[in-house]
Amino acid sequence: MITPALLHASYALAHVPDVVRYGSKPTRELARDAALCEQLSAALRTWEAALAYPPNQVFIGNLSPERLAARARPWSAEPLAEARPVGPFGRMVDQITFYGLLKLADDFDLVVLDEDIAASARAAVQALQPNRLMQRVDRIVGVPAEQLERLASSEHGLPLFHAGRRVGFMRSAHDQDASLGADILLENLAGKATAALALSEALVHGPIAPEQVDYLLNTGEEAVGDRYQRGGGSLSKAAGEVVGCINATGSDIKAFCSAPVHGLIIAASLVQAGLFRHVVVIGGGSLAKLGMKFLGHLKSGVPIMEDVLASMAFVVGPANGQDPVFRLDSVGRHTIQASSAPPMLYQALVLDPLTRVGLKMTDIDRYAVELHNPEITLPAGSGDVPLTNYRTLAALAVKRHEIERSAIDDFVSQRGMPGFAPTQGHIPAGVPYLGHARRALRAAELQRIMVVAKGSLFLGRMTQLSDGMSFILERDPSAGDHPVQTPT
Amino acid sequence: MDLDDQASVNRLAETNGTDNMIVLLGQPDPDSTVLFAETVTRGDPTWAGPLAGVPLGLPVYHILEPDIKQQMDATLYDEHVGLMELSANVDEIVEEVRAYRST
Repeated sequence: MITPALLHASYALAHVPDVVRYGSKPTRELARDAALCEQLSAALRTWEAALAYPPNQVFIGNLSPERLAARARPWSAEPLAEARPVGPFGRMVDQITFYGLLKLADDFDLVVLDEDIAASARAAVQALQPNRLMQRVDRIVGVPAEQLERLASSEHGLPLFHAGRRVGFMRSAHDQDASLGADILLENLAGKATAALALSEALVHGPIAPEQVDYLLNTGEEAVGDRYQRGGGSLSKAAGEVVGCINATGSDIKAFCSAPVHGLIIAASLVQAGLFRHVVVIGGGSLAKLGMKFLGHLKSGVPIMEDVLASMAFVVGPANGQDPVFRLDSVGRHTIQASSAPPMLYQALVLDPLTRVGLKMTDIDRYAVELHNPEITLPAGSGDVPLTNYRTLAALAVKRHEIERSAIDDFVSQRGMPGFAPTQGHIPAGVPYLGHARRALRAAELQRIMVVAKGSLFLGRMTQLSDGMSFILERDPSAGDHPVQTPT
Repeated sequence: MDLDDQASVNRLAETNGTDNMIVLLGQPDPDSTVLFAETVTRGDPTWAGPLAGVPLGLPVYHILEPDIKQQMDATLYDEHVGLMELSANVDEIVEEVRAYRST
């Protein structure tokens, strides 16, 4: 039987301050009170501020979660002096580059850019070396300003802005189909473009070429389709096409925030079964969640930090003696009959899978739970999500007599980490840690980690159920005690 | 506080009056306890939801308060709240929520 391993993890962040206005919450609030637009614009971050924001640097691997935990709060007040747009696990791109990616991913001439901006965007994408996007870079062309003006005044769609100035237009594809309206298409295309960027990173720095990808699983929260099949998908193939995964097919996994964990477990299963050799799990950015908590941020006088589209790509393939392996004998699942009360949820997701393979809670070196950045959630009254989860896990360990009650704080600091992921639904679902985990497991700094994700199925009003999945990733037993450095 | 929850609280208060109504919170930390308590007493401090500018002045309690705990079935309480009781900063949460009943 083939043992599945995590062969690579890539991440990308696209800083898109002028797109924040099209997040779901800002769209509704600005329609209600246009005066808010000025306040929102004034609270947006510059590229330099977003780049040097420590949690963003953790996301692309330039700073470890441990180093982030040691930094003074608020993190936004202490930019990282050595911040770089390229990190060991991925990269950050600015808004001009994002518009280039959007145009490059556009197969239906939906995005119309001003010709000057298009030239800058093309140059910006070309500068992302190395990448797997170059075969499409010539698509990044624009139109003269007067043509853009004519289009914007005669068609349904959304203006695209840069530095407060209109520089493009997103067209509607159908005037009577809400699923093909400019707002939905922009959301979907942003998901595709950012997923393609993360996928490009994985295929440049990971061990396989695009042609070697057999199957793609997209786990983003977009819903691609028309009015007859809203949410039909498959963004997986759409993103794979952009980067030249010509031998792959694929599909989308829908499970709210826990979709990436479902996706990784399915990917590992497909590899273990021998059906596919290399499966890549991807997730693009969630445009709807831009600025989701901006009112709380304005009220608290902090910058609007939901100004990035996050994306990720994970390469799963046969174990190679170096990369960490999936323990499919200890997958945790929240069944339909399981209660959603926290103790029952953790019983299903953490204790049951550990018990199945004879492990204790303290045998897990690090838990990766929903890693929402608390600086984003606290001003909006949503609490510190990872901290609450880690304290609950620690309380569970107390109840099981694995640790003393006085050791709760130590459990949290040693086996947890601060949240550093943008609040983009599926993105924070434990998986932002996989880049760091892969490095630490290869280096023999850790032996075993567990990724735990939960999903709020009830938000869709089809069930009152919650969801959750978990898996253990551990150091390849055949690697022995020898540390393996991860190339950067 | 979630906008739907704010709408529900507001609707209940409008329909039934506030005389026989209390709010029982279950927030896991002091900060969010304060925000929720503020919302159902003085109004939504983020001015985002239906309770913005609506000072309902409802008596607000937290499930971790001893007076609340002793009124509940011990087994059920332990099953549903036991972990939170172990992990949360109970004293601070109780102090914060009590402050909203004394003002």
